Amino acid sequence: MSVENDARMDLHAKEMILNMGPSHPATHGTVRFLLKLDGEKIVHMETEIGYLHRGFEKHCENGTWTQAFPYTDRLNYNSAMQNNVAYALAVEKLMGVSDKLPERAQYIRVMVCELARLADHYTNLGAAALELGALTAFIYLVESRELVWDLIESVCGARLTSNYIRIGGLSADLPEGFKEHVKEVFDKTKVLCDEFDRLLTHNRIFVDRMRDVAPISKEDAIAFGFTGPCLRAAGVEYDVRKANPYLVYDKLDFDVPVGTTGDNFDIYLVRLEEINQSIRIVEQVLEKMPEGPINIDDPAVRQPSKEDVSSKMESMIFHFKNQIEGIKVPKGEAYFATEGSNGEVGFYVVSDGSGKPFKCRVRPPCIPLTQAMGFRVQGAFLADIIPTFDMINLIGGECDR
Amino acid sequence: MDGLAIFQTPGMFGNIIEMMLKIIFIFTMNMGFFAPVLTYVERKQSAFMQDRIGANRADVFGFTFFGLLHIVTDAVKLIVKEDFIPRGADKVLHTVAPLIAVIPALIAFSVIPFGGKYNLWGHEANLVIADLDIGILFIFAVASIGTYGAIIAGWASNNNWSLLGGIRVGAQMLSYEVAMGLTIVGIFMVYGSLKMTDIGAAQEDFFHWGIFLQPLGFFLFFTCALAENKRVPFDVPEAESELVAGYFTEYSGLKFAMFWMAEFLEIVTISAVLTALFFGGWHIPFVSHAMLSGFLSGIVGPDFAELITMFVHVGVFWLKVAILIFLQMVIRWTLPRFRYDQVMMLGWKIILPLSLANIAVTGLILLLVG
Repeated sequence: MSVENDARMDLHAKEMILNMGPSHPATHGTVRFLLKLDGEKIVHMETEIGYLHRGFEKHCENGTWTQAFPYTDRLNYNSAMQNNVAYALAVEKLMGVSDKLPERAQYIRVMVCELARLADHYTNLGAAALELGALTAFIYLVESRELVWDLIESVCGARLTSNYIRIGGLSADLPEGFKEHVKEVFDKTKVLCDEFDRLLTHNRIFVDRMRDVAPISKEDAIAFGFTGPCLRAAGVEYDVRKANPYLVYDKLDFDVPVGTTGDNFDIYLVRLEEINQSIRIVEQVLEKMPEGPINIDDPAVRQPSKEDVSSKMESMIFHFKNQIEGIKVPKGEAYFATEGSNGEVGFYVVSDGSGKPFKCRVRPPCIPLTQAMGFRVQGAFLADIIPTFDMINLIGGECDR
Repeated sequence: MDGLAIFQTPGMFGNIIEMMLKIIFIFTMNMGFFAPVLTYVERKQSAFMQDRIGANRADVFGFTFFGLLHIVTDAVKLIVKEDFIPRGADKVLHTVAPLIAVIPALIAFSVIPFGGKYNLWGHEANLVIADLDIGILFIFAVASIGTYGAIIAGWASNNNWSLLGGIRVGAQMLSYEVAMGLTIVGIFMVYGSLKMTDIGAAQEDFFHWGIFLQPLGFFLFFTCALAENKRVPFDVPEAESELVAGYFTEYSGLKFAMFWMAEFLEIVTISAVLTALFFGGWHIPFVSHAMLSGFLSGIVGPDFAELITMFVHVGVFWLKVAILIFLQMVIRWTLPRFRYDQVMMLGWKIILPLSLANIAVTGLILLLVG
């Protein structure tokens, strides 16, 4: 027995059980950590989720296929557009209309996804800085996020919960002067993000807090089911956009940043670089995007325009049928995976042939990441929970559904 | 002239009045001016750094006075708030703790000279409340009593987060007091005195300022002082994202305000100590007391010249203090927070050896130069 242990025996030292959350400043998204502490060292940590369970799947089953969109907004509310897109793609896959989607709609979908990714990463990195005490850096990125939300607002009218994508198309085309607006916003966000980068990335205190904290090996990351920036930080080059390109991602040129150790600092760097890559993608999309229709020209899939409703027989029928019974999705099941800001966002949809989903299951990226929390912070300090929990970016709405 | 007649009263009476005036002045500056105004400055300055507008909501008939009314609303809010003592807490200690924290923060200022010695109508005014021979050591001693306030608060709250905060305070303060004491030894060696007034007087020449004679000592002392102050980047004892609010998690109302006030008073005290030790105290660069007084006496006569010189010096002192406060706030709003063990490592493994090296090098130079 070591000397240290001897001393502890004499002192009758025992571990402290500490309940962190669900209402604790750091456990945002509402999660509870049950900690067993030896001084400040974490001996064991239990993670408890479910405080934000709202019955997403059941809600979806009670409405038509189209009515599920607002619910998907509220999964990962930082990047609502991505959920919209993922859900629409899954339903379109089930209906077998994926290849009929006009090219312009595909480009716009890619663009709003990347804008949402920007907003998500800005929020996440900013919040991580905030919780490590750097409030100023947080405000810089929040300002960037607000600017990106301005863009999203100009597209769909809402800042947070977009409800923009529709099965077989989009709810509206881009507003006029959007390209210039994007350029204007990016000019500002690049300055802000650069300032954030200079404030933190080489800041000794920040690096000390992040580097080598909660590392995870490639094998463990895969075994836990990591996806997204956390997986890539561990050194696995896996990005759904590259591995299984959907929409027009294969026509766009972008890099996938990969880390080595999987520690918090690598995740931070991966996310920071993904911001630049998303900006690159959006700029390319604006360059390449063709003019043309934004909806599938099939009234059975996409709600027909008002003009058609009053002039065409079939359109008029579907105008009412789609509203009352919902879009008819053929019997079957489909799973579609997309690359969300935090990892793979997949929708598994089952249809019984009626106008309502029989089952709508979402595969959120946070659950595997949250599950590994206890494993990753074991033996670390109480304070290490903060950056670790921040970098996995748990979103309660998505995790608990 | 009548108002100034008190300076002509010889003996004890004059001394008592002088003492009373000094105490009232310092007390007003600290409690009446700096503690409330700093809350405003901190809001506005952080807002400025973060591209925000900052506090501007509180108004009287639509006039916001640049947000200055928030000072009043803060005070009202804190006074009328429920004074909550959690179940199972030690009521006596829970109540005493904030007092133990705030009183030393006020007392510490008593040995800091905010001006030199002035000969006014035959009475010598020495602008320090208590001109102690042990000077700076008194500040350390008193400041460490303040630490008890935080530790007791953490213990008495019957809350694990408070307890963790309290333990962190104890460890951090202890470590940095050791380092802080050693960083300042260089100053004692250079000026050959512990007396704050002597150290201040020795810095009349611009190039004899502490920062030029003890540059490393300044940086080390400043770092330790920030750590003693328990603000970002050294705010591990309260670390709002980790420990909720650390040792004052269970405090509300005026008791909370006392901890808050103690923090702001410590900022002022630290800035004043830095000014007195490293930035020439009340001296104006390149303008000595005799020069200024001599120049003025040609215009308004010797006594008034001394009086004006005194006011100028006091003004210069507070100006330096204000600049240092500003510097501390910029640091507070720029850097992220250390981790507990990193704070300890910085204290024991970096600052302590460096301050020992500083003492050795200072001693060597003094020996060689004479």
